[in-house]
Order: sequence, then structure tokens, then C-alpha cells
Amino acid sequence: MTKSIDSQTARMAPPDPAGANLGLSGSPTFWENLRALPGNVWRAVVRHGAPTSDRARSQAVFSNVFLHVHSARVHPHSLRATATWGLGVSLVAQFIILTVTGVLLMVYYMPSTELAYNSMKDLHYIVPTGRVIRNIHRWASHLMVLFVLLHMMRVFYTASYKRPREFNWVIGMILLVLTLALSFTGYILPWDQLAYWALMIAANIAASPNELAHSLGLPQMFHVGDVVKELLLGSSEPGQHSLIRFYTLHCVFLPLLAGIAMAAHIWRIRKDGGLARPDGTPTPAGKGAPSMSPAGQTADQAPRKTYGLMCVVRDRSPHTGQDPDETVPSWPYLLRAELLVFMLNMLVCVALGYWFDAPLREAANPAVPENPAKAPWYFLGLQELVSYSAFLGGVGIPTLAVIGLGLIPFLDRESEPGGVWFSGRRGRREMFAAAAIGTVAAVLAVAIPVNFGWLRNWFPDIPQWVIVLVNPGSLVTAAYIVWSLAVMRRTRSTRMGAIALFTCSIVGFAILTYVGTYLRGPNWDFYWSESQWPAH
Amino acid sequence: MSDGKRVESEPVSRRDWLGLAGTGSAAAAILFSTVGMLRLPKPRVLPDVLSLVRLGKAGQFPPGTVTPLPAEKVCVVSSDQGIGVISLVCTHLGCVVNKTETGFDCPCHGSKFGPKGEVRQGPAPRPLPWLAVSQAPDGTLLVDLGKEVQAGALYKASS
Repeated sequence: MTKSIDSQTARMAPPDPAGANLGLSGSPTFWENLRALPGNVWRAVVRHGAPTSDRARSQAVFSNVFLHVHSARVHPHSLRATATWGLGVSLVAQFIILTVTGVLLMVYYMPSTELAYNSMKDLHYIVPTGRVIRNIHRWASHLMVLFVLLHMMRVFYTASYKRPREFNWVIGMILLVLTLALSFTGYILPWDQLAYWALMIAANIAASPNELAHSLGLPQMFHVGDVVKELLLGSSEPGQHSLIRFYTLHCVFLPLLAGIAMAAHIWRIRKDGGLARPDGTPTPAGKGAPSMSPAGQTADQAPRKTYGLMCVVRDRSPHTGQDPDETVPSWPYLLRAELLVFMLNMLVCVALGYWFDAPLREAANPAVPENPAKAPWYFLGLQELVSYSAFLGGVGIPTLAVIGLGLIPFLDRESEPGGVWFSGRRGRREMFAAAAIGTVAAVLAVAIPVNFGWLRNWFPDIPQWVIVLVNPGSLVTAAYIVWSLAVMRRTRSTRMGAIALFTCSIVGFAILTYVGTYLRGPNWDFYWSESQWPAH
Repeated sequence: MSDGKRVESEPVSRRDWLGLAGTGSAAAAILFSTVGMLRLPKPRVLPDVLSLVRLGKAGQFPPGTVTPLPAEKVCVVSSDQGIGVISLVCTHLGCVVNKTETGFDCPCHGSKFGPKGEVRQGPAPRPLPWLAVSQAPDGTLLVDLGKEVQAGALYKASS
């Protein structure tokens, strides 16, 4: 028995009374186990042999909890750079970078209005690598906001939100909001001028439904905004109670929610048979090779095979209705591509973090806001809208935009293969037309008030509710909706209408962001360049 | 439940009733614990600062002067008729406005107010409020940041 090298047999063998007496003093089994320890521990962890064949590598992907978010095999179309630009994987990479650097920053950061600002200074000047770690955290967060938008554009323009992926698009919207919320709660924490006044403005935007209630003369009980403001601030003004709330949101609550939403987001891609791609995608066999489903058979009728390796995957899974050889194994092709994207993101974040310091304004001063008091770039479009009306620009239009975006896959149900940019030439034309219209409308919305003033300059006694409802922000939104409805009527296609509305919104967002960033100076007045700003 | 009852046909079988009761109590437990958790972030008393602020002796604000006090977020307007205090908190989104030649300008979103706090331009929904002024027994001027009075109301300080 002692010579048995099969540990399973050894475990199942009856206990040896003599061996029990030997104990630690020198059982041959013990020494053998000790010698075999490294190998046995390794086998207990990975539970499969060296992955030398495609089959063994697929098995490895399938049986590993971290790798099994990938399907075991993947279609070459999904691996093309131009199909996705690696945006989704980049976002995962950025989220991981943010989590790691964020935990490191928590070692020194103190969520107190007295200490927070100084802990930023400590991180920058005293802590080894603290400067670079904070910079990387900041740059990765900005990249994440940018990439969420780019990822959304990629998924929209390739029509990858179509059935059965409608709800995954909605999860994407949730992740967009969570990313912005994480960014916002993050730049509150240094408790500098940006943090304090951003908190003040955000809390009052949350309370801005009061503005409408007040202008309509509704009684106090309709002022629901106060409750939201109080919940955010824990007080009626930004202070210690607000900071600890935002710290908890930023470090625990929101990352947890984002992690759960990301897991669901990625899981659903996997269950929907990988990334959306057109029927008859050119395969390694060459262009014109047989389509994913056999001729004369729709995807619904295709046999639903059950693979031990794959579980049941619906519809156009890599394994239904065709030869499995059209796909390639995820290991190494997909893992290699993901590693490349991850490395690129690391490189960009580290390079940006090394050479460009994250800004830190002066310590929070409740008496004097900066002039101009500007948010980070991704909120400047919103700030421009808010400068027309707090309620409509800060609550109304953003809510409408998020709900409208979320409804796209439910209102555009035309069945068409996903994975084709702009759904072909017609869509590309509508995209350019909408971009032109969107530009003209947004530029007019900024130029008219700058040159001619707005309703209050023309009619000083105009009721406030008219300004809340009729302002450049609401008019440009209405113009976009009208244009998209016209496109939908003209083309008789909901997809074309969606392309028009989406393109208009993206262009409008970009132009307002540009105006807020470069063309607004002290007192939010219009200046062509910063050199024209009045000297203080 | 007695045996006699079980023989009769019941509208809801015992198994179903137990299942419904279990589901119902689970739903009630989730509902009440959620309500309890949501109630927590809203305290009964807010950790607020005193709204009554000391501005200094009346003699510090001679008639004909306009003194912005950004630390207190108010501006003291003094004339022969008395003293008025205008809030410097923008009625749009709460930034502290700056005193200019034409009145008050907000640095955050471009609201512009006249010298008496009236809205001239921009997104501000209301004029800057005038605040209630009083005097402490030692003659110090007090302003109540939480108490709005009619625009232009002046307080005759005793010196």
C-alpha cells in the first residue's frame, strides 16, 4: 500500500494501525506526499493537464472560473479589430486598473473635509509612486468615460442591440450611468474647489424640480427636490456628511453595482452566442463560404445541439447548424487579443500618468467659487445645458436621453443582421445627413443666445416656467426628434430614424462639450479663446 | 387545522396556502427591510450650521456703502433709510455671486442680477432674496440666512 502512487487509492485504503503509530516520525507516505506536493497542488488548482491540443485548451477555458466568460471557441469575425476596436475589453481593462489603483489610494486617503485635501498632497509629494498611481487612476477614469461612449457608438452603429440583445443594451445604459456616477463621486473626494462647487451644483440640480414647482406656484409639499438634495448631502450644505456619503458611494456601493452589471453584461454576450455578426460572414474558408445556418433553414429551426463543452447556447452559436471548424479556439486567439488590448491600456494609462499630473485645484473655499467654475470635460455639455435651465438641462434632457437610448432596441425591431457598420450605405448617408443637421442645430442653439440674448432679455417679465420649457436646450432636443421622425417617415425604416436621432444626439453632445470647454470664460460668458478673458 | 376541516374541499389547498403564506411573508420581510434601509440616510435632525449670522456693528456699514461679505454669503446695502442684506447665493444652483458694477454676476452658469438682486439675464429662476436683519443686545447686526423678507426692506439700526 505504501508503494501506491495513486493518491486516490491511498486515501480510500483502510487506515493502517502501524502507520498511525508511526505518525510524523517517518511514514513513507508522508515523505512521498511531500515530494509530490508542488505537482499535486498545481493539479488541484488547475485540474487539467498541460493544454497541448485545441481540445485541451478549450477544456481549460471551459473549466476555469475566470476564463469561462469566454466561449470555448470564437468566430474570427469577432476577432477583427474593425469589428469592435477592442472597446469593451478596454473598458474591462480600465475597470481593473481603476479598482487596483483605487484600493491603493485608499491606503492614504482620509474622507474628512479637514484631511482629504492634505492626503492628496501627501500622495503627490511624499508617498512613493503615489503621484503616478493617482494620475493613473484619474486618466483611466477619463478613458473609461470616453470608451463607454465609443463602445456605445460601436454597438449602436453596427446594430448589435437587435433581438435577442435588447436588454443587454439596457444594461449598457445602466453601466454608462454608473460610469458617470463613479467619475462624479470620484472627483468629489479631493475636497478641492472643483469638488466643493461640483457638489453644491449637483445637489441643487437634484433639487431643481423645485424650480418648476415654484414657478408654477405649487405648494411646498410638491418640492420633492429638497428630499433628494438632503439624501445626497446629508445636510443642507456640502460638508463632512456629504463627503462620507460620496466616499462610500465611490468606494463600495457604485463599484459593486458596476461589477454586478458588468458580469451580467458579459454573461449575456456569451449566452447570445458571442458578438453580433452578419450572416454569411466571410470565414477562414474564404468569402462566400456557407452561411452560419444551412440554406433553407432559419436559425430557429436549426438543430439545437447540446455540447458537454458548451451547454446549450441559443440560435447562432458557433456550434449550431454548421461545422465547428468555422470557429477558432478562444485559447490562444481570443486570449491573445485580449491580452494585447489590456497591455495597450496599461501602456497608455502609465504613460499618461507618468507625464501628465492629475489636476488638484485650491482647497475647498465655501465663500468663493472659481471663475469660471468648470466641471471635467464630460459634464461640460451638461453644464452648457444647465446654463439655460437647471431643471430641463440638468434633469429633464439627461433623463430623456437615457430613457430614449434605452428604448432604441424596443422601438427599432427591424430584423437585420448585426455587425455591419451603419447597416450599409443608406445608413451611412443618413448618418452624415444627421451629423450635418445636428451640427447646425447645436451651433444655432449656442450662437443665438450669445448674439441676441434669450427670452428674458426680450420680455423681462416673462414667467419662469416658459423659460424652463422654451430654451435653447429644449429647442435643439425637439429639433433632433422632429428630424428623426421625418427621416423615419421618408425612409420607412425605424433603424434609419434611430441612426438619425442617435447621430444628432452624439454630435450635439460633442459640440456643447466643445463650447463648454473652450468657448466659455469667466461668468460663463462667450469668448473665442482664453486669451480674450478679462484679467482679474 | 382539525381533521374534519381537511375532508371538505377547500378553496385553497393547505399546501398552496402554506406556499402563499411563505411567499407573502418573504415579500413583506423584503419590503419592510428595504423601507427600513431607505429610511436610514435621512436623519431626523440635519447637522446644520446656525442660520443666524453676526455681521458686526452697524457702524461698520456707513450709509451709502455696499459691502459684500462672501464668507457669510451676504451683501450689506446701507443707506440713510436703513440697512438691507441681500443673499449672495445664486438662486440657480447655489454658487456665490460676485459684486460687479451692474449688480451681481454668477461665475458658474452666467446668471446676472441687478443691484437690488433682480434677475437681468441667465438661468436664475428668482431674484436674490433679501434677508431678515435684527440686532443683538450689544448692537451687533444679525442676519437670518433662513428668513426671507420683501426685496428692498430696510432695517433701521439703533447705534
